[in-house]
Amino acid sequence: MSERTLFDKVWDAHTVDILPTGQTQLFIGLHLVHEVTSPQAFAMLREAGLSVAFPERTFATADHIVPTDTRARPFLDAQAEEMMQAIEGNTRDFGIEFYGLDSERQGIVHVIGPQLGITQPGMTLACGDSHTATHGAFGTLAFGIGTTQVRDVLATQCLAMEKLKVRRINITGALSPGVYAKDVILAIIRRLGVGGGKGYAYEYGGTVVDRMTMDERMTVCNMSIEGGALVGYVNPDATTFNFLRGRTFAPPAEQFERATNYWLSMASDPDATYDDQIEMDGPAIEPTVTWGINPGQATGISERLPLPEELPDPAGAQRAYQHMGFTPGTPVRGIPIDVAFVGSCTNSRLSDLRAAAQVAKGKHVNPRVRAIVVPGSYGVKAEAEKEGLDQIFRDAGFEWRAAGCSMCLAMNPDQLHGRELCASSSNRNFIGRQGSPEGRTILMSPAMVAAAAISGQISDVREFL
Amino acid sequence: MPDGLGSRITEISGTALPIRGNDIDTDRIVPARYLKEVTFDRMGEYPFFDERFDANGNPRPHPFNDPKYQGASILLANANFGSGSSREHAPQALYRFGIHAIVGESFAAIFTGNSLAIGLPTVTVSHDDMERLMAAVEAKPELKLSLDLSEKCLVFDGGVIPVEVSEMARKSLAEGYWDSTSTLAANMPKVRQVAARLPYLNGF
Ligand code: SF4
Repeated sequence: MSERTLFDKVWDAHTVDILPTGQTQLFIGLHLVHEVTSPQAFAMLREAGLSVAFPERTFATADHIVPTDTRARPFLDAQAEEMMQAIEGNTRDFGIEFYGLDSERQGIVHVIGPQLGITQPGMTLACGDSHTATHGAFGTLAFGIGTTQVRDVLATQCLAMEKLKVRRINITGALSPGVYAKDVILAIIRRLGVGGGKGYAYEYGGTVVDRMTMDERMTVCNMSIEGGALVGYVNPDATTFNFLRGRTFAPPAEQFERATNYWLSMASDPDATYDDQIEMDGPAIEPTVTWGINPGQATGISERLPLPEELPDPAGAQRAYQHMGFTPGTPVRGIPIDVAFVGSCTNSRLSDLRAAAQVAKGKHVNPRVRAIVVPGSYGVKAEAEKEGLDQIFRDAGFEWRAAGCSMCLAMNPDQLHGRELCASSSNRNFIGRQGSPEGRTILMSPAMVAAAAISGQISDVREFL
Repeated sequence: MPDGLGSRITEISGTALPIRGNDIDTDRIVPARYLKEVTFDRMGEYPFFDERFDANGNPRPHPFNDPKYQGASILLANANFGSGSSREHAPQALYRFGIHAIVGESFAAIFTGNSLAIGLPTVTVSHDDMERLMAAVEAKPELKLSLDLSEKCLVFDGGVIPVEVSEMARKSLAEGYWDSTSTLAANMPKVRQVAARLPYLNGF
């Protein structure tokens, strides 16, 4: 049993009661809501005649279905328009702050929480979205939940939860140039498996994580769920505090020192006990890409595609190869791509766009490739434009879009067609994920996506730096 | 929502439907485009839609299309079923299709939670037992199974297989706590006490 970890401390501080089932009733300090997983929850509230218990601790935005080429209303897609009207109506009726397309605060829910300083250390946070663990980068216990649980949080600001075990993942040494946070998390999932985190919260630490920026920590925590862990987090430190200082919803200057003391007190103690500990060697991580249909089916860029019989689930690997149309044993480099996507809550923050722009600058996208860049939020887009990143991308032949989830799950018009192969900075390479049942996805860092866009094939970004 | 709000669920019996493969993710169970619907009402039409129908809407061979499994109420699955997206649409779709219990080798965490929240039990058996079960059902689709949550076993003509279900889930289902809002709401005074002592809600 873990003791004196951030997980234990935050869990204890938010425990309301032990329920008859043995579950913990956990108070949720912050509830983030988006348009796709909430309409049924609001409908359930209405049906039961309930109100929202803590509307001031609830923030909503629209990200999944929003078009990124034009924001004109009504949307061309009548279903998307209906969904948009539902969240507008629900947030108005229940008194919840909503950042719609006319707000400068709009963006992917996991990008705007941190950006606005709403996400803070030592909190519990829930959102009807599996990538909620992103917020764990701040030392927040952030849970991705389903729609019925969204109803529970709206109605009571609580969840009925079972405590998780805590696995400490230490990434030691330093990363080599051209190796990014995305490569770190892909390497972790490759090693521990897509189901390896089941029942665990992942605490990421070690010198590699200590040196990471908040953006990088968010990328790592974001994909905890791809490793099967419901929760992932990093202990708060000076990097965290410097990021938060001065943000819209961060504690004001006169409270900031007291806040910092509280946040530090919630970090894992040096002698904390963990249920499991794993060491990863930072320098051994190279640019990593997926080759299959789940994020654990990944390989280093200089390696050859693994043979099914070398893997723990040969049948699963065979099915993946069948879908992807790749030949086991051949190099992953050089596979031609059709589409390049820089975006998603994993990798659409300013530093991600900078890394991709650095590779794209002065070059041109291969004429066979359709390439788009979708900033994670309105705010990220504005900052990027201030730096001229939009111009670098446009000059290189990328489309520059407005903020949203876009081709990460293709609920808006941005989709793959037929068997197109997409180099993507998103988080899921599941069959059909990018909008075409035959479509194919290779996950990688934004810089690697830019390198693939320019060369027209899976490439080693280190040759572009 | 399933009928019988907070009903007591201790036994599910009926025929079974095997769906082979590890790591079946919720994008496969319900493709994202169906998440644009603002109600769950039609989810029962969509399980595994893109695997069951080609681009022109013609059915393909798939267990969910196979007449011999029609009317099944127990789904048989391999490892890490329901991984990926937290969409509750996935268990909703299965439930509304007619699946009232899922027996698997293992499940993804959010999927288990979402299923329990709508009164859909997910229980696990060993890999070998699952092989045996799937083979038995494939050979004889009319085989009747009975999942007994109190005795933690799956009974059928040809054997009894022990199943694992957490004590929390078993109790939740048996006593109707799976419908959690009212249980949580009963504690609102304590909830407000916790809120009143959290530094970040009180100016630090
Ligand atoms: S960007 Fe993708 S993973 Fe992130 S919230 Fe949107 S759809 Fe989900």
